[in-house]
Amino acid sequence: MNTDHSTANALDSVVAPKPQRIGVPREVYPGEKRVATVPDVVIKLTKLGFAVVVEQGAGDLADLSDEAYVQAGATIAPNAAALWSGSDIVFKVRAPTADEVALMHEGQTLIGFLWPAQNPDLMQQLAAQKVTALSIDALPRTLSRAQKMDALTSMAGVSGYRAVVEAAGAFGRFFNGQITAAGKVPPAKVFIAGAGVAGLAAIGAAASLGAIVRANDTRAEVADQVVSLGGEFVKVDYEEEGSGGGGYAKVMSEGFQAAQREMYAHQAKECDIIITTALIPGKPAPKLITAEMVRSMKPGSVIVDMAAEQGGNCELTEPGKAVVKHGVTIVGYTDLTSRMAYQSSTLYGTNLFRLTEELCKTKDGVINVNMEDDAIRGLTVVKDGAITWPAPSLVVAPKPAPKPAAPLTKKGHGHGEPSGPMPARKLVMVAGVTAALFVLVGAYAPAAFLSHFTVFVLACFVGYMVVWNVKPALHTPLMSVTNAISSIIAIGALVQISPMANAAQRPNMLIIILATLALVLTAINMFGGFAVTQRMLAMFRK
Amino acid sequence: MTSNLSTAAYIGATILFILSLGGLSNQETARRGNLFGMIGMTLAVLATVFGPQVTAAGMPWIVGALVVGGAIGLFAARSVQMTQMPELVALMHSMVGMAAVLVGYATYVDPEATKDLEGAAHAIHAMEIYVGIFIGAVTFSGSVAAFGKLSGRIGGSPLLLPARHWINLAGLLAVVYFGRMLLQAETIEQGMFPLFVMSAIALLFGIHMVMAIGGADMPVVVSMLNSYSGWAAAATGFMLSNDLLIVVGALVGSSGAILSYIMCNAMNRSFISVIAGGFGTTAAAPKAAGANAEPVGEVNPILATETAELLRDAKNVIIVPGYGMAVAQAQHTVFEITRTLREKGVNVRFGIHPVAGRMPGHMNVLLAEAKVPYDIVFEMDELNEDFPDTDVAIVIGANDIVNPAAQDDPTSPIAGMPVLEVWKARTSIVMKRSMASGYAGVDNPLFYKDNNRMLFGDAKKMLDEVLVALKS
Repeated sequence: MNTDHSTANALDSVVAPKPQRIGVPREVYPGEKRVATVPDVVIKLTKLGFAVVVEQGAGDLADLSDEAYVQAGATIAPNAAALWSGSDIVFKVRAPTADEVALMHEGQTLIGFLWPAQNPDLMQQLAAQKVTALSIDALPRTLSRAQKMDALTSMAGVSGYRAVVEAAGAFGRFFNGQITAAGKVPPAKVFIAGAGVAGLAAIGAAASLGAIVRANDTRAEVADQVVSLGGEFVKVDYEEEGSGGGGYAKVMSEGFQAAQREMYAHQAKECDIIITTALIPGKPAPKLITAEMVRSMKPGSVIVDMAAEQGGNCELTEPGKAVVKHGVTIVGYTDLTSRMAYQSSTLYGTNLFRLTEELCKTKDGVINVNMEDDAIRGLTVVKDGAITWPAPSLVVAPKPAPKPAAPLTKKGHGHGEPSGPMPARKLVMVAGVTAALFVLVGAYAPAAFLSHFTVFVLACFVGYMVVWNVKPALHTPLMSVTNAISSIIAIGALVQISPMANAAQRPNMLIIILATLALVLTAINMFGGFAVTQRMLAMFRK
Repeated sequence: MTSNLSTAAYIGATILFILSLGGLSNQETARRGNLFGMIGMTLAVLATVFGPQVTAAGMPWIVGALVVGGAIGLFAARSVQMTQMPELVALMHSMVGMAAVLVGYATYVDPEATKDLEGAAHAIHAMEIYVGIFIGAVTFSGSVAAFGKLSGRIGGSPLLLPARHWINLAGLLAVVYFGRMLLQAETIEQGMFPLFVMSAIALLFGIHMVMAIGGADMPVVVSMLNSYSGWAAAATGFMLSNDLLIVVGALVGSSGAILSYIMCNAMNRSFISVIAGGFGTTAAAPKAAGANAEPVGEVNPILATETAELLRDAKNVIIVPGYGMAVAQAQHTVFEITRTLREKGVNVRFGIHPVAGRMPGHMNVLLAEAKVPYDIVFEMDELNEDFPDTDVAIVIGANDIVNPAAQDDPTSPIAGMPVLEVWKARTSIVMKRSMASGYAGVDNPLFYKDNNRMLFGDAKKMLDEVLVALKS
């Protein structure tokens, strides 16, 4: 791949002299008002060493004039054909049309929302043109490094905000509760289905307008985020975790869906505004709001269906339109981001600039599509005429490795259970050996020894039971106290120390010296051990 | 006092000792537990002194020995610094071991002790003495070696003799052989020779065993010696037919064994492999395999003032202390920082790894000494899940216990060892004197992580600077 690339680079430098030119065409999709770069970003791209060409009128619909681009250092191409032929890299918003693909040439790089899964034909066409294509929607979103390039997130944020604005426009009442001389106005109740980026943006916007906001998501872990934005998390009364891969939700079980429908039906009756954002990657949007639920809503209520383009979360949604059914306005606009073209163009342009930075680490105005880089590998859907989509799934960041088999010290008081039950075979073995030992002892040892032995074994068990509950924090005091207690050996010295007058053979003096020495040692231990334990324990305080 | 009365007193003492150990299970009851221990000991000693086996002629010796020993013990307990606790505990274990040896010899030379014993009983008694002296001697020399290592008089790295397992085995066989010889001895004089030889072997055995164990395994060694001192007492009890000694010895022995087990678990190593030798032995093979997994990248150094800034802006802070904190005597500064932060409303907690330091619970004692309240000091398992919500995790003089390789790299010598997951915190700061690796001799990928910062320098000095910056 490296050699391939260096030849491709060499070709480039012959065809178009350095620096590489970034072309930004006017979007041709009907109703699309966004543009793939803005003058502020042009300045930054120029600093990276690139030359920027913008098609005449590309930014008009986003309130960005050609003059502004020129002032930022861009040149203006008179028409699409000139722009496409004169660019090494093309920044797009929407996927190119067949006409646009036809304008491409070998070695060119295309960056934009290409949706490779939905547009297999486009992939073939791009491959046939021997270009390299990076689909910004294919970014591996789990990489924290990728966040700055995540255009899906920035676009979702814009549309979430806009959805609330559209709802407010269609809604005939205040969002916030007011008490005026003319009477009391209750706050609007907004329910938001799906707390992804768009949902969270909607929650924030609606809450800041003063509405009572409720939200639901199949992924329970977003509850905190909902609350932090001023919303209230509504749980579905059913236990199931809905986190799919890569920060998306997954399809839920039948039981869950039934419980979810019940919850939605309830919210539909109570709320004035419903904003739905539920999407499942590669599948039509789930139908969350039935016609029945729409009928149950109060007249004048509003539904904004942000999933309209994927079929809609509401059965009655008509994509691209706002319609009134059963007295409820159902907004199914698919161009929410275009309705804020300046804002979304700025954000999108910045995302592409961040991507360009990653592609051009050398800052010399030449990009390097480094397939070793996880983020770039994920984005690249066509590389030098070969389809490279889908990228191999990432080995995502180290989830804590499953704990090793041995049950380790557990939480709570002491050490929890003294390890799990032994495997049966091991247990039988231990029991067997112990039994054999006991039989041996029982058969040969004298009675006196046996009684001591009984005491010994029982004491071992008592010690085990008692000590197992000791908190790890107290291990050092435990050791020093057991140490002090083990000076009980002093008893042994004590019983020997007295000379026995009537036993002539007994080397009294020797025994006294030995025993006295032992007693001195154990006394050091006894007094020292208890004293130091006391000193230590006195330090432990709350 | 009659024999029956003193037996009754022994039962009371036994119960008090059990209550004493039980009391240690909780900070609230620990002091009472210690008190029970003292009362139990007093009861046992008094019952023996006034019992049938002690005559007036022995009294001066007893009083003299207790006064001398007690004075030394109390003085040591007063003057010891909390950072030196592991050494003190090791030294004290050696005393128990030596006492067991002395009592064993005294019993052996006492013809009165065996005059009623016949046949198997006589042999068993001889064996009890033999085993008691053996355990006592191993405990003694092992503890002295451990003391040397802990106090830095002997180097911390494992001493690995060639064919050391064979040496141990040969020693064991010799011990068995001389044990046989002792059983065949007809007079006390004849028996002295095998006893002496065995004692010498046992002493060497104890030293060799501890010397072969690496510095990071010291918590296991200390708790293991604790266990041995108990078994020594129990063996003495057998030889003197004294149930009190047996019971207490067994209590202490099993307590130490449990501690050893917990320590081994905390390092994900089997007890046998710890005893059989230090990390150095197995590191050679994994090193070659782990070479390609060597962490690459740069470390990000940080200044004390920047550390203070990070701390000031943090909401949740977890401090992970290690042996380095004890060496630098930094626990008081750590507490000052903790107090300053807590006054600002920062949630500061401590995360203690079971084998942090050189003996079980070492860090807890140091933090307690510095007046850190124990309810903000947590075990590893209690707060390991909280690291993702933590703004700053500070690692003070610890290395292996925060090494992500234990989880990520199956070829690492410490693979599978439970570790504190500091790298999951928003920022982790590692205070270290240099980039040297820890006792396990394993490089630490934590240092190269993007969200990790290194604060190089002596822990105490650096923390003082952090404190000054925090207060300004």
